[in-house]
Amino acid sequence: MIASLNARNSIAALVVAGLLLLPLYTSISGNVFVLTLFTRIVIFALAAASLNLIMGYGGMMSFGHAAYLGIGGYAVGILSSEGIGSGFIQWPVALLASALFALVIGALSLRTRGVYFIMITLAFAQMAYYVASGLAPYGGDDGLTIYKRSDFGGLINLSNRVQFYYLCLGCLFGGIYLIWRIVNSRFGMVVQGLRSNEQRMQAIGFPAKRYRLVCFVIAGTMCGLAGALLANNTDFVSPAVMYWTRSGDLMVMVILGGMGSLFGPVLGTIVYLLLEEALSQVTEYWALIMGPLLLLIVLFGRGGIMGLLGRLSRG
Amino acid sequence: MSWALVFEQLLNGLQYGVMLFLMAAGLTLVFGIMNLVNLAHGSLYMVGAYLAAAATQWTGNYLLGVALGLAGTLVVGMAVEVTALRTLYERDHLDQVLATFGLILFFNELIAIVWGRAPLYSSLPPWLQGHIKLFAGSTYPVYRAAVIVVGLLVAALLWYVVTRTRLGMLIRAGASNREMIGALGINIKLLYTLVFGLGAALAGLAGMMQAPILTVQIGMGENILILAFVIIVIGGIGSIRGAFLAAIFVGLIDTLGRAFLPDLLRKILSSAAASTAAPALSSMLIYLLMAIVLVVRPEGLFPANRR
Repeated sequence: MIASLNARNSIAALVVAGLLLLPLYTSISGNVFVLTLFTRIVIFALAAASLNLIMGYGGMMSFGHAAYLGIGGYAVGILSSEGIGSGFIQWPVALLASALFALVIGALSLRTRGVYFIMITLAFAQMAYYVASGLAPYGGDDGLTIYKRSDFGGLINLSNRVQFYYLCLGCLFGGIYLIWRIVNSRFGMVVQGLRSNEQRMQAIGFPAKRYRLVCFVIAGTMCGLAGALLANNTDFVSPAVMYWTRSGDLMVMVILGGMGSLFGPVLGTIVYLLLEEALSQVTEYWALIMGPLLLLIVLFGRGGIMGLLGRLSRG
Repeated sequence: MSWALVFEQLLNGLQYGVMLFLMAAGLTLVFGIMNLVNLAHGSLYMVGAYLAAAATQWTGNYLLGVALGLAGTLVVGMAVEVTALRTLYERDHLDQVLATFGLILFFNELIAIVWGRAPLYSSLPPWLQGHIKLFAGSTYPVYRAAVIVVGLLVAALLWYVVTRTRLGMLIRAGASNREMIGALGINIKLLYTLVFGLGAALAGLAGMMQAPILTVQIGMGENILILAFVIIVIGGIGSIRGAFLAAIFVGLIDTLGRAFLPDLLRKILSSAAASTAAPALSSMLIYLLMAIVLVVRPEGLFPANRR
């Protein structure tokens, strides 16, 4: 992948620069709200990027990706309420729990194809949602308040807004770098090959299911990290983060930005959440505009923002 | 745990299953024939419940309200098909999922604007209140019994229409080869609109039947929608027979699980652990069932070798 100066790359570079310099702007303008908003955006961008790995590159249309947000969040929340505040324990547990969940539901779901896969991932995420709602000792339906953010000793202070923002941003860029490495590796090539022609790949001798499953687990783990970040950001975790409309939101972010492009999900998340924010300022009934807008994007906006930029730069 | 209680819960399960079938039938019909995944099916369920509640209040007559509600849902369904969904048939399932997800947002807000965010309570006419006597002195609510009867009647009617009438023949033909029946001079667009309207009316009927048991509120269709998906995955997508059997099965398992699992668990676990685990486990039961079915038969129990 040789970077050339076209519309896509310049927009991506601009966004990266903007995200890096954002705390500078907030400290000059004193507008703290923008920083909290963008912390949220960066976290969701990480979740969307991980979904893009399986959806855009792997062709696995998971409709239950928000489950990992909840699992990562609950790992942090439950450990914290049990008095284990160290991030060095909380975060690995969050990642491990997400990976394990992805392994189990991936092994089951990947037996199915197409629309069955969409629905079975959706159903498993709902199952996780109901389990969390039934967790009476940890808040049940009402959710769990996290009184103290993950403690990383003297390394980083998560309660400091700017430090936390940069941690999230670091995780996002790290995640995207990882996806970039995966996509261009032999493993990534096989997964993408499976998306375009499974029979041919199997005929060559690649075990389709195993490759897909590994990819599925990597994406789930990455989203679990986003979940741990999100729980720390809101100081709260509730079943609502796993509700199926959340998974829908994540899918929309990926599609909006452009499936199967490295920075697409980041752009999609920024546009989606900013739009949501802006519309909810205008009217209480923002979803009345958002819904049909989504329909129009699907009907006429093929390839999302990245696709649009690609067409622009080709002229 | 008396036998009367078990019998009553069995009836409750049947009632729930019949209601779920009405949802799943429309969903599987639309999927089998138009190859469309319609997440907004739950919104039609909600629209049906609201329209019926409003029409009942307006006319002061329950049956008239239900009839107006059904007609209204049919019209709303056909309007949605013509304006938004028609262009989606040729798209892949992902696009359909997203577009209909957008429709859900739209409908939820529309309802909030028209009727407000507070839940509505629909009242029953006197002749549907009260209880009927069963054996051994146990009783059962008239309304729930009526739901079972109406649901089974609609299921029988649906079976008759699909297998024994000209319309049903066209529907089945459209499912197996849409170009061919178009070439034979059948107006396929009109047929699709009709089928979608029929599915919408079934969802609306399910919504208005469930309304007096639960409340009429925004988002009421979403949980039911997921269950309907689970049912058509278990039953085999596109198969009405599969949807019927799976719906009854799921209705029974869910109801019996919620009713008796806590007691059963209490026998094995300590009472504190049981009361924690039981609610989570009983709401998981259906999904576990689906997982098992998918492991054993990834195409569902009754794959659609065309109804």
